Amino acid sequence: MSTATTPSSTATAPGTRPRVGLKTPVVYATAALLTVLLFLRPTPADVSTTFQFGTAAEWFAIPNASVPALLTISLLTVVMAAAAVWAFLLVRQRRRPPVWLHVVVGVAVVLAFLTYAGAGKTSVIPMVSLLAGALALSVPLVFGALSGVICERSGIINIAIEGQLLFGAFAAAVAASAAGSGYVGLVAAPLAGALVGAALAWFAVSFRVNQIIVGVVLNTLIIGLTGFLFATVLSDNRALWNTRMPLPRIRIPVLAEIPVLGPVLFNQTVLIYLMYVIVVVLQIMLFRSRWGLRTRAVGEHPKAADTVGIKVNTRRVWNTILGGAVAGLGGAFFTVGSGLAFGREMSAGNGFIALAAMILGKWNPWGAVLAALLFGFSKNLGNVLSTIGSGVPSELLLMLPYIITIFAVAGFVGRVRPPAAEGIPYTKS
Amino acid sequence: MKLELQGITKVFGPLVANDHIDLVVEPGEIHALLGENGAGKSTLMNVLYGLYDPDDGQILLDDRPVRFKGPGDAVAAGIGMVHQHFMLVPVFTVAESVALGYEPTGPAGVLKLDEARARVKQISDRFGFDVDPDALIEDLPVGVQQRVEIIKALSRDAKVLILDEPTAVLTPQETDELIGIMGELKEAGTSIVFITHKLREVRAVADRITVIRRGKVVGEARPTSTETELASLMVGRSVNLSVQKSAATPGEAAFRVEGLSVVSPTGAVLVDDISFDVHGGEIMCIAGVQGNGQTELAEVVLGLEEADAGRLTLDGQDLRGRSVKQRLRAGIGFVPEDRSTDGVVASFSIAENLVLDLYDTEPFAKGISMSPARVVANAEQRAEEFDVRYTSVQDPISTLSGGNAQKVVLAREMSRPLRLLVASQPTRGLDVGSIEFVHKRMVAERDNGTPVLIVSTELDEVLNLADRIAVMYRGRIVGIVDVAEENGTAGGVNRDMLGLMMAGVPMDEARTQAAEHHSILGQAYMEEDAQ
Repeated sequence: MSTATTPSSTATAPGTRPRVGLKTPVVYATAALLTVLLFLRPTPADVSTTFQFGTAAEWFAIPNASVPALLTISLLTVVMAAAAVWAFLLVRQRRRPPVWLHVVVGVAVVLAFLTYAGAGKTSVIPMVSLLAGALALSVPLVFGALSGVICERSGIINIAIEGQLLFGAFAAAVAASAAGSGYVGLVAAPLAGALVGAALAWFAVSFRVNQIIVGVVLNTLIIGLTGFLFATVLSDNRALWNTRMPLPRIRIPVLAEIPVLGPVLFNQTVLIYLMYVIVVVLQIMLFRSRWGLRTRAVGEHPKAADTVGIKVNTRRVWNTILGGAVAGLGGAFFTVGSGLAFGREMSAGNGFIALAAMILGKWNPWGAVLAALLFGFSKNLGNVLSTIGSGVPSELLLMLPYIITIFAVAGFVGRVRPPAAEGIPYTKS
Repeated sequence: MKLELQGITKVFGPLVANDHIDLVVEPGEIHALLGENGAGKSTLMNVLYGLYDPDDGQILLDDRPVRFKGPGDAVAAGIGMVHQHFMLVPVFTVAESVALGYEPTGPAGVLKLDEARARVKQISDRFGFDVDPDALIEDLPVGVQQRVEIIKALSRDAKVLILDEPTAVLTPQETDELIGIMGELKEAGTSIVFITHKLREVRAVADRITVIRRGKVVGEARPTSTETELASLMVGRSVNLSVQKSAATPGEAAFRVEGLSVVSPTGAVLVDDISFDVHGGEIMCIAGVQGNGQTELAEVVLGLEEADAGRLTLDGQDLRGRSVKQRLRAGIGFVPEDRSTDGVVASFSIAENLVLDLYDTEPFAKGISMSPARVVANAEQRAEEFDVRYTSVQDPISTLSGGNAQKVVLAREMSRPLRLLVASQPTRGLDVGSIEFVHKRMVAERDNGTPVLIVSTELDEVLNLADRIAVMYRGRIVGIVDVAEENGTAGGVNRDMLGLMMAGVPMDEARTQAAEHHSILGQAYMEEDAQ
């Protein structure tokens, strides 16, 4: 083969690199400026903030750390400003700022905010409960985002995650209550989610209905259905159908003793441990198994999959049902996983945030998990700070996750490439 | 393996795509299936590959009837297919692509990628394909992607290999290599069905030729038949393959491109600092393999895409910052590459499609109201002038054949007084009759004194039409060949030289190399010309 016969491979660009938008440095600079205006200016001199890292249950207690507030915020502002300047220089050279820089700036903003919020207060900033709460709030998001990954990688857009979560929560509560065991709820929830997934797959594949419309309709249907049953059957006989059936916490020896993270990660219910397993298994299966290879082929280039004898629509149907089951299981967290009874519309938009997490995670299981954790953390930050009593109204703080979602999806993701055949029904010829 | 098709019939609604087709492919034979676009070649092969279920007829392998429920059955029976549009997932590696559907797996369905890699390596080494199993498909040039497709088929022990228009995306030199590969496969006992509409290739490689027209077998031919014989068999009447045109009388350099660059959002340089001009009354052809920046160049001229550097001037006026509409009003006519998505609005009527550019001006509109009667009258007149075959101009344009739809596009773009005509792949997918018509109109526009810029990946078209040829490779212009001047030299303008330039060899070197060594196809061409 002569070397002269390899045209049209991607040309690299000396001199003419593509323009990189000023978005990143502008966002960094805005962060630094807002930090100065909102956190630094109102903080009085000579006050300090105390961070608490330990819980009572550890081998050794990490002492609370007390830092001078004004100095800490100033230093963090300098970090942000430096990041902004460096990002600007990179962008001028048409280079993209690295991802870790986003993380540094993000952490700096959060720390500055926490320092400001706790400045001069007698109450401490409880880092363990902040993280534990973040994990709890991200559980449904993780399940939902993984459900999205499973479906969308095969080419089906799953907008019905919200409905699957809600129906899973409902089924878990009712089954657990009727059977008298929380574990029964963990069986019922994925079945309920799978049922919603099957409905989505049926309309999307057999009738080639627009998948987004089917998803939205299913969500509305399930809100109506569960709301109706809640108001009638469940209210008529609460004792039988809607009694709280919490899953017990299982403390994993040794691992749970790790400072700070141990009690957060390894003193949890079986549902959380299932989540860890699903994340790891999905990450491996998606990229290293026959199922994953075929799933990705069907989502990227269904015709190519068809020509090697893969049944495109069958694969999509099963993946959508599986994705529904995963989201349904996540829904169990709202009821048996949190020790609550079922309540009307208790999924509260988590399914949509889960979709955002999936996009932010670039359709990868790990990425989706990290994004879900980020959203969970930002939401919990709002909760924790409203109890500490910072000067910021709690309503504004509770908007935080949604603001972060919009910024994250619009700005920080960089270029993402969804599965090429996503949302397009497959028909032969 | 001997392959026999008996009375294969496939009907799509009112269209009989295959009408009782019989075909016999002997073991170790290269059998060409020749026919125009839309003759039913691909349908037939999709039936053979199990993608379509035939309405009638049967398939025999080694004289035993078989029935394929899907491609899986066909592959299991030893049939491999390289589709015209490659069936490769862009984000997969070569090893993953070859493994797909037939994955070597361990426990829990975990892939044994090492086994897949070794398989690719083995076949690649055996036929000298030089393919890296870990390369991503989207990073590979089309010629190599095609080899991946062949490896895919061979890794499943294909005894019959179907190649559907395999040369459409290749440079002449790559085509030559493909012909070499086909020879080796034949030696190894593989039967090959070679689908094409290119007459000369058929004559260079085929052992036997079956010609189909409008879904029917119209005859068998030997590779010794002349091109004209094959063409008339294929089209059903005698055709004039070359365009009659007088020498160009170029005027002023009316359209200039200076230092133009286009960079994609991902950072690939699509058009890399190119400069040329087009004179009034000449046809400038941009030649090159698909995907070397020609598409972007054409789109930048109309303003569909933004240039990252450089300037365009038409009659001395700078086009920078002008909207598409302003450029159309300035007298640019544009025939887009993809007729069905960019050229027409499929659900609009023929009449509406004919005024897509002028719908808001007199006489078709007054203020906010349109005059449907004038739109229809205009359409009837244009359709007459451009020989569009239609039932009613009120019918959606999607009811027209490709050739007639393209005539509508030409009629629309050439009904304004033009200062520049840009046509991208103006004859792609058209029947021979329509190609003749389109070519005549292009030459007529040139003779009107308009500068004409044609982007084409078909060397035959380029050689037929061009007064000057700019060859693009990886976003750059490799060289500009002046046809009249080059014809004065010993070698003349020949395919081998242009082919080498399309692979990035500089013009002078290409000229020398082409004179020293003829490709298999180039040879066939020269013999044809000598006859």
